[in-house]
Amino acid sequence: MAYHRYDAVIVGAGGAGLMAAIQMAGKANIAVVSKLYPPRSHTGAAQGGISAALGNTEEDHWQWHMFDTVKGGDYLVDQDSAEVLAREAIDAVLELEHMGLPFNRTPDGRIDQRRFGGHSRNFGEGPVRRACYAADRTGHMIIQTLYQQGIKHNVNFFDEFHLLDILFTDDGECCGVIAYEIKTGELHTIHAKTVLIASGGYGRVYKITSNAIAGTGDGVALAYRRGIPLMDMEFYQFHPTGLYKLGILVSEAARGEGGIVVNGEGEAFAARYAPTMKDLAPRDMMSRFIYQEVKEGRGIDGKDYVLLDVSHLPPEVIDEKLPDVTDFARVYLGVEPKNEGIPIQPTAHYAMGGLPTNNNAQVILDPAGTVVPGFYSAGESACVSVHGANRLGTNSLVDLVVFGRRAGRHMLEEIQSRELAELPANPEETAAKEIADLLNRDKGERVADIRKAMQEVMMDKVSVVRNETGLLEAQKEIADLQEAYRHIAIQDKGKRYNTDLLEALELGCMLDCAETIVHGSLVREESRGAHYREDFEARDDANWLAHSMISRKDRGFEVQKKPVKITIFEPKERKY
Amino acid sequence: MEITLRIKRFNPEQDQKAHFEEYKVEVEPNDRVLDALNEVKWYQDGTLTYRRSCAHGICGSDAMRINGRNRLACKILMKDLGKRITLEPLMGFKVEKDLLVDMEKFFDAYKSVKPYLIADDAPAAGERRQSPEQRAAFDDTTKCILCAACTTACPITWTTDEFVGPAAIVNAHRFIFDSRDQGSATRLQILNNGSGVWRCRTIFNCTDACPRDIKVTEAIEQVKRALLYEQV
Repeated sequence: MAYHRYDAVIVGAGGAGLMAAIQMAGKANIAVVSKLYPPRSHTGAAQGGISAALGNTEEDHWQWHMFDTVKGGDYLVDQDSAEVLAREAIDAVLELEHMGLPFNRTPDGRIDQRRFGGHSRNFGEGPVRRACYAADRTGHMIIQTLYQQGIKHNVNFFDEFHLLDILFTDDGECCGVIAYEIKTGELHTIHAKTVLIASGGYGRVYKITSNAIAGTGDGVALAYRRGIPLMDMEFYQFHPTGLYKLGILVSEAARGEGGIVVNGEGEAFAARYAPTMKDLAPRDMMSRFIYQEVKEGRGIDGKDYVLLDVSHLPPEVIDEKLPDVTDFARVYLGVEPKNEGIPIQPTAHYAMGGLPTNNNAQVILDPAGTVVPGFYSAGESACVSVHGANRLGTNSLVDLVVFGRRAGRHMLEEIQSRELAELPANPEETAAKEIADLLNRDKGERVADIRKAMQEVMMDKVSVVRNETGLLEAQKEIADLQEAYRHIAIQDKGKRYNTDLLEALELGCMLDCAETIVHGSLVREESRGAHYREDFEARDDANWLAHSMISRKDRGFEVQKKPVKITIFEPKERKY
Repeated sequence: MEITLRIKRFNPEQDQKAHFEEYKVEVEPNDRVLDALNEVKWYQDGTLTYRRSCAHGICGSDAMRINGRNRLACKILMKDLGKRITLEPLMGFKVEKDLLVDMEKFFDAYKSVKPYLIADDAPAAGERRQSPEQRAAFDDTTKCILCAACTTACPITWTTDEFVGPAAIVNAHRFIFDSRDQGSATRLQILNNGSGVWRCRTIFNCTDACPRDIKVTEAIEQVKRALLYEQV
């Protein structure tokens, strides 16, 4: 057992965690804990861009960005939060540039901008160039730049430490975390005034996903186990253009630069569904269009995929603006995008739901917004909610920079005003028991079997299109898998780099995330954004213009509704 | 098709020295080496240890020696390898367990070149200006994912700890040739000695190993020229 004391501990070294760390570096005693080396974080896989109404290439206003965010989220977005996002995006992007981020440039040396799905001029009139980008590796440049700044500011990194538990006092104040040192197997109690969960999403609950293998929802699930409700878990985004069977992301920038999606008849079908935005309709819609085309037999050769075609674009646009994604097609599918379409299918991409927070990234406990002292979340692990029922492309990067920054700044204030809360007795008890159980059990269920079953049922029954029958089946299966999980056995019993053990722990977290996704989907009897119910096809504002907050109660779940904050834009039917 | 993975195993908790173990795995031609490794770990031997995360060549976790060459396990497909595939950890770094090596030395070298923008002239409003041509001057070296494939492919790093290694130079290059940066002189000074660029023997192993197709040797040569002729 090792003991550390800090003003702030940040769990997760992706964009949100590092942005928060940089705010606090030099001003407070902080630690950044990550199960990966920071530049391996999944922020680095983001491709297309980060939106901000800079207006560098054409007229744009943050109000337009805010509107697109609200409409894109099918009006489940809290509009005060969307205003923060759209306003502060401008300053945040400039701050990234000042930190050294190598954005692509316009001929006059400004940050270049391009089109992206759902981003429009003048409240929906047509596409606008809002996404600031660095080729198609914008996320890579963000993670590199922020890690570099972390080094510059001497941030204290705990690389390859795995989160095992989040600590609270009896009064419900957050007071630290328990982390497992992957290299040695030692438990570390990190006692802190404030804790930021910036541990990312949980796309690995699905079979086909763009997410890294590390995307297992650890921070979200561990908070849920400690009684923190999770918000809007039923809203899980499927990105329309994942490489067929692999799920590897092909950026929306491919369509922003002029690419089109075509069906087995060679038709650019998006225009039939979304006459104004066409292929730049938001992701939830594009994914459903693809689902519908495939269902009606218009997939390629009648199969379950369609083609993303960029072959008509000038070769230099492909080489200079889409080099990585076209390389993925070459490497993994043997397809030359300059000559032929790229086989694609929707891929599990982004969790709109997560730990409920206010605009200062403070985690809240109930629909009234009661703050959990000392406890924060930002980035994909959080639900502010700026993405509502469906996130717009580029807004994840905006979210983690804007709200990571807000988290860091507010934590600094709280560090000044709060005493260090006392740790509970035997803080490591739960974590130590979990590890010991896994190491001591010699015979039992196999992690890989349970994980595969979970990923398949989530893909089949809880993805782009859902219905009650399927969700009930999924609910039963996830419950059975949870039971099986209590009897797993692992082979590696060692202390050093026991990745067998880590995969088991991660599966436990994923199952918790999965059960909330399924239950949330079952309860929400409407269709909104990424949550589409065949048996309730309409959006139901009378009953469901509300966030869901789900908690585990003895033998079941409790779901509370939290009203959506509407400031400017009254809900309207969503057309593109 | 069935292939055989021949994997160099070493667990310091129980082994005196490294040894090879063989695993037969059923794979598709388009499967990645990482898929085959996962197949072994998940269904045959849970103790097999390696790093991985994004699984598509972006995060830099899974560099290893695949049939003797430094490659990312997630970026090499079965169809491009034979039916017997040898997997070994990167050379020159301490093996922690199986295919997983100690990266501390690598990150220390990276940090030693001050890999961050040094500039105190951020405008009060708006961005710093940089022309597309100025931006292009360092584009190639911005692609680095810190996987260590280049550094551990360099024979010089196999024999000495003194050389900073190609990856650190690549990341120094990324700033030295950035028109916004004011720290070039400091970085060039750091590299202007026997543990810096002058240790490079222009062997090109680094360039061959880079999974991001960075022209590593060229970047190192540009830094050398910057030192010799003040061409920045």
